[in-house]
Amino acid sequence: MSARETVVETHALTRRFGDTVAVDGVDLAVARGEVFGFLGPNGSGKSTLMRMLLGLLLPSAGRARVLGCEIPRDAERLRPSVGYMTQRFSLYEELTVEENLRFAGEVFGVFGRRLRARLDVVIAAHALGPFRRRRVGALSGGWKQRLALAVATVHEPQLLVLDEPTAGVDPQSRRSFWERLFELAAGGTTILVSTHYMDEAVRCHRLCVLRDGRRAALGTPAVLLGALRGRVVECRVDRIEQAIAQLAKAPEVASITQLGDTAHVLLTPDAPPAELAAESLRRRLEDAGFAGAAATPGAAALEDVFVALLRGERLADAPDAAEGAS
Amino acid sequence: MTERPSRALLSLWRVVAVARKELLQLVRDRLSLGFIVGIPSLQLLLFGYAINLDVRHIPTAIVDQSQTALSRQLVGELAATQTFRPVRAPKTETEAIRLLAASEVGAVVVIPPDLDRRLYRGRGAEISILADASNPTVAAAVAAAGEGLGNAIALRAQVGAREDAVRGAPLRIAVVPFYNPERRTPVFIVPGLVGVILTMTMMLMTALAVVRERERGTFEFLIATPVRRSELMIGKIVPYLIVGQIQVALVLTLGAWIFDVPIHGSLVDLALGAGVFVGAMLTLGLVISAPARTQFQAVQMAFFFFLPSMLLSGFMFPFDAMPEPAQWIGTVLPLTHFLRIARGILLKGAPLSSMLDEVAAIALFGAVTLALAVRTFTKRIG
Repeated sequence: MSARETVVETHALTRRFGDTVAVDGVDLAVARGEVFGFLGPNGSGKSTLMRMLLGLLLPSAGRARVLGCEIPRDAERLRPSVGYMTQRFSLYEELTVEENLRFAGEVFGVFGRRLRARLDVVIAAHALGPFRRRRVGALSGGWKQRLALAVATVHEPQLLVLDEPTAGVDPQSRRSFWERLFELAAGGTTILVSTHYMDEAVRCHRLCVLRDGRRAALGTPAVLLGALRGRVVECRVDRIEQAIAQLAKAPEVASITQLGDTAHVLLTPDAPPAELAAESLRRRLEDAGFAGAAATPGAAALEDVFVALLRGERLADAPDAAEGAS
Repeated sequence: MTERPSRALLSLWRVVAVARKELLQLVRDRLSLGFIVGIPSLQLLLFGYAINLDVRHIPTAIVDQSQTALSRQLVGELAATQTFRPVRAPKTETEAIRLLAASEVGAVVVIPPDLDRRLYRGRGAEISILADASNPTVAAAVAAAGEGLGNAIALRAQVGAREDAVRGAPLRIAVVPFYNPERRTPVFIVPGLVGVILTMTMMLMTALAVVRERERGTFEFLIATPVRRSELMIGKIVPYLIVGQIQVALVLTLGAWIFDVPIHGSLVDLALGAGVFVGAMLTLGLVISAPARTQFQAVQMAFFFFLPSMLLSGFMFPFDAMPEPAQWIGTVLPLTHFLRIARGILLKGAPLSSMLDEVAAIALFGAVTLALAVRTFTKRIG
């Protein structure tokens, strides 16, 4: 493969609903075969952004180019090459698994022998064989999600847009879902996926964190986490709840997460490096009567990135797709 | 498929895909099925039985003072009208009137002792029928049936009597309703009911079919596919064109079976007329579906159209008797024109070709709603 081709590109893409700005001047560039994640709280503009890229919503300002199609002008020309999994399961509950797949194939223009072949392939790939003739309404959430991905891929799209595809699905199903996503990506499919789950976000090739419709950060998970290097301290101590109350008084502490009997501390940007901060936090705990407290520098988690961004910090932000991806 | 199919073929295939999916959903949704079969059956029975304007089998006292072959024949014919049910045979008129006052009978027929003589001598025989007029409907029915029978007997008397006897024969001129000689309401109601049922169900079925997709989120999936607007609309309409014909067949079969409603005209003509009408109702359903966010809203909006259709089309009240502004509104409504088509074909045996202006009126309505539907039906959200 030569230098990675850019398949999704936006410039100052904006969408307003009345007075609220749902998506505010977002610039993006996604390369072919990337698993590109959108992370952000509810209402941060993830769905609106995705719908604009699909031509389902008109942008208020800005430009978008998807697979060489100018959006929204060429939206209809784009459709055959895109698969879309909506936020809610958009399956026909009265129809069987196979009928849903067949219908999706047909409306995407896959017919006859090719359709039959594709049905067999996706049914096998998603292990849907035993449920082939089962009504979708009778399937559990995990299986519906599996089918929804199969439905979105019957026509072999170049681009998959998945809007919170794993919401409300058990961890086992989520894990196998992501395995299938990477298989598809390895086959050259570009995947845009939004999620609430940090464990999923961290698996993306690159991440775009949205906040209030604006791009708060963009980069590989490693780059984003790297921006917080030296800013995390883990404190192990008895009477953890009281200890956390004590730690929260320290000026260098930005946020504290309790993980079992450990306090996971994110330091403020102007705090001393983690080695020094750990020592001062340990001393603070001992002075407050927490004997035997231990504090060591720790690794940042994606939650920390999120917290830092919510505090208004600016982290790594690599606007160019190619440099971020390679 | 060895070669790439043409765009037209692809388009056709997509329409078929949508239509088949729509049918599958319909067949598997018990509520919708009940809607299609249950509503027509229920309405037919309600209108046929409950809202029955006929009066039949009135208990009748017969005072036969003549006791001849002719008088007995007359009594038999009275019973045969089914309006009268002879239950008593008192000797005197006074006794009969007592029965009437006691509400034991609803009518009294008095046959004079000199019936034969007077009739054949052309002196004018008089059969008096006393009706319980405290129930005006009964009185009207008795009057009508009595008149009808009087005419029939007078005609026969003409044949058997001398020339001069004819002039004095007991003739009371009564208007015999030609298309419904028995004055039975179902005969008049059922053809109209076909239109009413189609209006109600067809408009709702398409409206709900679209709104349901929106409610369940499948609409967002659909509009992200290459399916074109027109393909989606046609695919949603076609199955219901078939469903509409099934409903027509159902109502007519039940009508003929339960209420002996005649089918004088061509069923092909009726199917053609119904097809145009159903098409107009289906596109109207698509128009309704555009602003409706929930199925409940769609039902509410459908009702706004349904009510005037019921009241101003000539289904409930005679069209010509309505005030002029009501007639203007009625003229716009497709049901008004379909009622004329359905009654014309079923009751009068008229060919559809004699009612092309009615067909054109429905088609015009359909064309306008189609244009509206195309304008309002978008492949976008928000």
